[in-house]
Amino acid sequence: MDWVKILSAVLIIGWIIFMWPRAKHWLQNSPKAQAGDWQAALLPIGAVILFVIVLIMLVR
Amino acid sequence: MNRLDIPAVRSTESVLSTNKLIKNTYTLLSGTLIWSALMAVVSMAIAPPPMFSLIASFGALGLLWFVLPRTANSAKGLWVVFAVTGLLGFGLGPTLNFYAAMSNGGQIIATAFGGTGIIFLGLSGYALTTKRDFSFLGGFIFAGMLVVMLASLAGLFLNMPALHLAISAAVIMLMAGYILFETSQLVNDQGQTNYLLVTVGLYLAILNIFTALLQLLGAMSGDD
Repeated sequence: MDWVKILSAVLIIGWIIFMWPRAKHWLQNSPKAQAGDWQAALLPIGAVILFVIVLIMLVR
Repeated sequence: MNRLDIPAVRSTESVLSTNKLIKNTYTLLSGTLIWSALMAVVSMAIAPPPMFSLIASFGALGLLWFVLPRTANSAKGLWVVFAVTGLLGFGLGPTLNFYAAMSNGGQIIATAFGGTGIIFLGLSGYALTTKRDFSFLGGFIFAGMLVVMLASLAGLFLNMPALHLAISAAVIMLMAGYILFETSQLVNDQGQTNYLLVTVGLYLAILNIFTALLQLLGAMSGDD
């Protein structure tokens, strides 16, 4: 087994444990979305996706 | 938690403290990004073995986990933030050297760098100007991050290039959501009020977008 893979796996598990308390808090206490909230969030994220596609086309 | 509990009218004192928090966060973020970029350039010049990226990441994780929570409310915390971002920047060196060795490596690195900057500025500008509350994204983003990390763990042992690309794409979307979430928390005076911790969160989001973009652009550039 490759040592780099093993250490990388340990690192990822470390990040998961590090993030877990905050993740648990938000999974339990996230407020519900109001009308129009998802639209307002998906609009810029969609723009990011389109922008990344443009970047990919630029380097091809 | 009910978002209707947030007072509609905020006191002048509260607005001033929010503005101070935003100013401190973006000033420190700029400083850490410049410092991190400098360390990445030094690392590219020294060309340490790829294993060094892992060692640097372990060091940064250790500081974030054990040292920063104890020093975040003191001046020492600032040094810890620079140590974390410096280590992560230095750890980028071997990755950047790998892409720089490709025939269009310079273009890939520059595009990923510029693209990351535009994505961050665009999302921050959107969250700052609309002042919309994106705290509802919290559960979705953190659940997504856990799934992505578990997928990355599986990806280490499965030879599936498509999985790595899917993870990179997911990381960009999740980090975009995280920037909206964290910035809206900052603007709406919710959640974290320590600018060192907010800065580290935004820095990690930017770093993740940059490395994911590098991976996507490198794989899609058609350079074998």
